[in-house]
Amino acid sequence: MTRQVAGEPASQVVAEPLLQLTDVVKHFPLRSSGMLAGKREYLRAVDGVSLEVRRGETLGLVGETGCGKSTLARCITRLYELTSGTVSFGSADISRLSARRLRPYRRKMQMVFQDPYGSLNPRRRVGSIIADPFAANGLAKGAERKRKVQELMELVGLNPEHYNRFPAEFSGGQRQRIGLARALALRPEVVVCDEPVSALDVSIQAQIINLLAELQDKLGLTYIFIAHDLSVVRHASDRIAVMYLGRIVEIADTEDLFTRPRHPYTKALLSAAPTPDPDLVNDAERIVLTGEVPSPVRPPSGCRFHPRCPRAQSRCHVEDPVLESKNIDEGDRAVACHFPLADGESMMPELKEPS
Amino acid sequence: MTLTPPATAEAAAARVEPAAVDTIEGRSPWQLAFVRLRHDRVAVGSSAVICLIVLLAVLAPVVAHLLGHGPNQQFRTTGLSAEGIPVGPGSTFLFGTDDLGRDVLVRVLYGARISLLVGVVASGLAVVLGVIIGLAAGYFSGAVDTVLSRFMDVVLSLPYLIFAIALVSLLGPSLMVSVAVIAFFSWASVGRIVRGQVLSIKEKEFVEAARSVGAGHLRIMFVDILPNVLAPTIVYATMLIPLSIVFESTLSFLGIGVLPPTATWGNMLSESIAYYRVAWWFVAFPGLALLITTMAFNLLGDCVRDAFDPRGNRLFVAVED
Amino acid sequence: MLRFLVRRILFGAVVLWLVATAVFAMYFIAPHDVARTLAGRQASAETVAAIRHNLGLDRPLLVQYGSFLWKALHGNLGYSYTNSQPVTTLIGQGLPVTASLVAGGAILWLVIGVSTGVLASTHPRSVMDRSATAFSLFFYSMPTFLLGEVLLLVLFFRLHLSGIDWFPGAGYVALTENPMEWARHLLLPWLTIALVTAATYVRLTRGSMLDVLGEDYIRTARAKGLSRRRVIYRHGLRAALTPVVTQFGIDVGTLLGGAIVTENVFGLPGLGELVMTALSKQDLPTIIGLVLLASAFVVVANLVVDILYSVLDARVRLS
Repeated sequence: MTRQVAGEPASQVVAEPLLQLTDVVKHFPLRSSGMLAGKREYLRAVDGVSLEVRRGETLGLVGETGCGKSTLARCITRLYELTSGTVSFGSADISRLSARRLRPYRRKMQMVFQDPYGSLNPRRRVGSIIADPFAANGLAKGAERKRKVQELMELVGLNPEHYNRFPAEFSGGQRQRIGLARALALRPEVVVCDEPVSALDVSIQAQIINLLAELQDKLGLTYIFIAHDLSVVRHASDRIAVMYLGRIVEIADTEDLFTRPRHPYTKALLSAAPTPDPDLVNDAERIVLTGEVPSPVRPPSGCRFHPRCPRAQSRCHVEDPVLESKNIDEGDRAVACHFPLADGESMMPELKEPS
Repeated sequence: MTLTPPATAEAAAARVEPAAVDTIEGRSPWQLAFVRLRHDRVAVGSSAVICLIVLLAVLAPVVAHLLGHGPNQQFRTTGLSAEGIPVGPGSTFLFGTDDLGRDVLVRVLYGARISLLVGVVASGLAVVLGVIIGLAAGYFSGAVDTVLSRFMDVVLSLPYLIFAIALVSLLGPSLMVSVAVIAFFSWASVGRIVRGQVLSIKEKEFVEAARSVGAGHLRIMFVDILPNVLAPTIVYATMLIPLSIVFESTLSFLGIGVLPPTATWGNMLSESIAYYRVAWWFVAFPGLALLITTMAFNLLGDCVRDAFDPRGNRLFVAVED
Repeated sequence: MLRFLVRRILFGAVVLWLVATAVFAMYFIAPHDVARTLAGRQASAETVAAIRHNLGLDRPLLVQYGSFLWKALHGNLGYSYTNSQPVTTLIGQGLPVTASLVAGGAILWLVIGVSTGVLASTHPRSVMDRSATAFSLFFYSMPTFLLGEVLLLVLFFRLHLSGIDWFPGAGYVALTENPMEWARHLLLPWLTIALVTAATYVRLTRGSMLDVLGEDYIRTARAKGLSRRRVIYRHGLRAALTPVVTQFGIDVGTLLGGAIVTENVFGLPGLGELVMTALSKQDLPTIIGLVLLASAFVVVANLVVDILYSVLDARVRLS
């Protein structure tokens, strides 16, 4: 375990919600097809997400590619305008603020991007990229700016003398450090990490994750850590939210989620991930999900997971399950499923349809 | 997968990660392109020719002074034969004289001033306009883009020469009008190129990153996006100069550009058309000057393109270095 | 497809409307006295007043604008006072000349340009390729009027001096009158327009052929055992021709409105000469009419290109 807080229940770290998302929806309009297209279609990337992020914690956000996790990240940082719902930072609703009024909050919420190549402007020198937050906000001019940038470079483990180099002269891992330095320049409270390591070699992934943990302790940061790789979030997160087709299907403390998954989708994800600890793989039950991920343009009725769920009953076809605490659990977790798994229950129960 | 090594050791290892490079200062893509250009013989050659032409244009008054022949000075006795025919190249008039007994050499040099001036100024104007409008169209998609793009389409689909004629018939011919007309019919192609580039660049994560640190639209457009579209713009600008020079000389040739007696290559060639039977030099020297200039710029443009995008196909030079 | 065409036609109509409006604005809102300009310098005050009334210049601006558009829509381009003829009649006289010039030139430049481009691209870096690119550079850098003068000087005058009268220096003979003389008189203009324009086609064909021949599907076709010739002509050329078709349509459309420079150099009484004469005589109705006509040609040419393009493109996708 790399994380100092690991083992402790996350609810005891700090309970104060720093970010509060209420029913966040982001729909992208699609180009209407055909001359007489009746109603416009939408890609429902994020379709009603509510969650809270507590000060000082790392909230993992996991899901397959295209489940809307990156869109959600951009809704939180207001890179996208919300279709509906609210995002509150502390007590302030920031989801409808104008660009100017948003500025102070932008400074408190920064983002680290997935692509270490695409996220750094290839035509600008590293020093100027890291200084961008200062320049954009008219802070720390001249020599002071340079000093601050070099401090930041040192902080993320870069050689400050490489100030005048271009991104192309750095490796993927170093580029992510540059992106991190830029995100930290304005001393944010929350850093949204959008798959910060998925483009990196496995050995480099560890370095970056450890660096993130180190910085969290040093600077008291709160992270939202997005990944499609469960093993990565496991080591990085206090709590984990699992996303499927624009919704959160399960949210729980990391250990609870891994040892006692409630949602069949979580279970399937866990079984698909390679585990470093063979003890955790219970009787080698590998669940292979059948069928394609349904289109987020026309999501399935009822529970969105039902077409692929081995436990689906007829109720699941019609009734959309709510994300809520089930009475089989004590403490702080929630699942959106009509037939959640009990501890250690196998995926294929002889469940009888309750008539 | 194990993630256990202590963080500090990892960070220390990462610090050694870059291959030990002695230069701390990185080479910008511009510097790289420049280095490639410097090693390109065609580029060096065509730049040398262009520099020579510029130098001669600048020194035109000096040459005129040394020869004692003003650009509009008529030598009716020495410059014309008894029958009023222009005098061929000789020791007094190196390039011969024209129909009014003026020194063709001096006039060719003065013509270079107009050609270069119009070529560079009109292209520059077109590039500035095209970049700003193309940037705006590509960056603010939606209604702004629709309006600006359609406008560019309209300008591009106009038969420009006849429009130039219509405009000149209204405004009267002059140097300023020529520059304006050329710039007006050239900016749209720059705008289209820039817009296309911006459309792909604005999807890059670094643009989102700039927004997330609080950069405004102008800053993103000019600090983050512009440097990434500058390379194709510069390539296009180099290619625009010879086009503008040809455009200007055509306007002058048709009598709707810079008016006589000002010496321009187009004017000289227009006047020479009645005399090509008796005075080949009257056609040959301004014609050669014009052709050499446009060829040098076209070659240089091709090399600049190659320097910025070494994988592309060369247009004019089939040789590898 | 249909939707695309409708959109293009609408766009073309909008372009023409904008052009008409711009021309109207330029000439009718401009600060000079149109009636006086139209009447000519020596006209009496009564003539000017009559013209003003005739043109409806004493009516409100919007009414004038409406009637201008309405007439233009019905092919009435006004009356040329300097020529005492309707503008359409003048255009009717000039159009066959310009059309002859452009048609012959177009065939020539297409043949020269595309074949040179194909030869160059299929023998990269050969002597052939080098000469093709040198040819392209030379004529691409050459202003049309300069080439015209050089051809006159060399092919007409020098040959004429040595007693060979293959090429006349100027003039035009109608096709219906004497086809041989028609072609003989147009040879130099054709050559001028073709060489200058072909340069672009060499570049275009060579460039897109080189791109296409490097594509995976071409290599696959070769690997499947298709002959080199077949691959180049059946697969490569067809894909490479798309940009050529676009350029061709635009060139023909632009030139039909008046191959101004070439006609000027060779003294051909086409639309280009018509506009130059109109310019020198300040014959505004003719200039306006020609601007509208030239724009219409370009719009129609663009439309034809769009249709051809979608057909070509569909074929490429099918094969």
